[in-house]
Amino acid sequence: MDWELVRTSFWPMVQGSLMGTIPLSLASFVIGLALALVVALMRISRQPVLAGIARFYVSVIRGTPLLVQLFVIFYGLPSIGLTIDPWPSAIIAFSLNVGGYAAEILRAAILSVPKGQWEACHTIGMSRAVTLRRVILPQAARVSVPPLSNTFISLVKDTSLASVILVTELFREAQQIAAFSQQFMLVYVEAAAIYWVICLVLSSGQSALEKRLDRYVAH
Amino acid sequence: MLPTDPLRPPAAEGPLLTVTGLQKSFGSNQVLRSIDLHIDSGQVVALVGPSGSGKTTVLRCLNGLETPDGGTITFRGAPPVEFSAKVTKKEALSLRDHSAMVFQNYNLFPHMTVLENVIEGPVQVQKVPRKDAVADAERLLARVGLAEKRDDYPFNLSGGQQQRVGIVRALALQPDLLLFDEPTSALDPELVGEVLTVIKELADEKWTMVIVTHELAFAREVADEVVFMDGGVVVEHGHPDQVLRSPREERTRRFVQRLLNPF
Repeated sequence: MDWELVRTSFWPMVQGSLMGTIPLSLASFVIGLALALVVALMRISRQPVLAGIARFYVSVIRGTPLLVQLFVIFYGLPSIGLTIDPWPSAIIAFSLNVGGYAAEILRAAILSVPKGQWEACHTIGMSRAVTLRRVILPQAARVSVPPLSNTFISLVKDTSLASVILVTELFREAQQIAAFSQQFMLVYVEAAAIYWVICLVLSSGQSALEKRLDRYVAH
Repeated sequence: MLPTDPLRPPAAEGPLLTVTGLQKSFGSNQVLRSIDLHIDSGQVVALVGPSGSGKTTVLRCLNGLETPDGGTITFRGAPPVEFSAKVTKKEALSLRDHSAMVFQNYNLFPHMTVLENVIEGPVQVQKVPRKDAVADAERLLARVGLAEKRDDYPFNLSGGQQQRVGIVRALALQPDLLLFDEPTSALDPELVGEVLTVIKELADEKWTMVIVTHELAFAREVADEVVFMDGGVVVEHGHPDQVLRSPREERTRRFVQRLLNPF
């Protein structure tokens, strides 16, 4: 085993994680989640047009490969005169993707809150917006943490696809080191290990969050 | 504004609520055919009747949880809300400012402590300063014997305790009218008493209340008037002793008999 290569390749890959994978994941998840909330609320609204638009969006996102979405934005749009740099392209694609999947999670979570909660808010005089913010979403959040964690963990790994549109992140660093050193097995296993560690940290974050949100539920 | 004591009902006399010709259908099912009701301040009205008679729907219409198809609801000091005409959403929603509902299944907010449940309406909706809302809530909780539960979450409470919090949450809004939708139906039998005791005390303090209930003995004890409904109409109404002991109508008689001798 070439320990020297493990050592010299480690730092560039960690740097790729810190400067690429992690900020790309965080930014896309935050934007995607905000988008998902809007889409979920459109989907459960009584306005057929809004609900239809939301359904169409979710259908397109879930029905097409993420890699194709990434290519359409980065390689496709320039041919109609819209050129976007790699980083923003990646963030747009990943946010749109998270938005589609998380919208369905949030919709189900919101609908899982009993109707009596809406009625209790009505009787104390709350508007629908305040009801959502103060009562429905906090309860929906508890239900949606496990599936949203899945989405986030998938996203972290999916950001490796950004390497094909020239974003410097963990996997693109790995590819370059592998090509240079010709030690494909070693370098790619090392990259995999770093992804795994990131996801382990996220999983423990998920457990902590679930525990915190479960404080008001009987066990 | 006069300083108000949350332990006391809003002081007033005379008619508080007038309902005329209230109608409501769910699809082809006409639940309320034409309901008239008059409630004076400080009066306790028990709404009784078989399942599906429309009593809960009446209560929900009064609180704006359902929008009637026809009829008029008038609270003292407010313009009549006329449902036959094209009623605006704002008008329909204005009803809930006059009343507060206590639900069969409590519907407490599970993610909030007892105290947070009680102050949510005053602080978020009525914009009462948090400090004042907390002081009021603490006094009200002490009143129903739950002072030491203020920081517990609802899941830690028994059904009877949860329902008492539900009552306090409604009281904290200082509504003109308290609405109880079968407040003891979800409770274990041994917990019914503690909730009825609280309601009885509120009646003694002259809170105006409409109570949908199957507890006829309780209705006879606390109510000033019993309204017997069946098939979406008021079959008869009057003093509890009259309606429940010597009903004029055959339908009322059958209902009372059935509840007194179920076997």
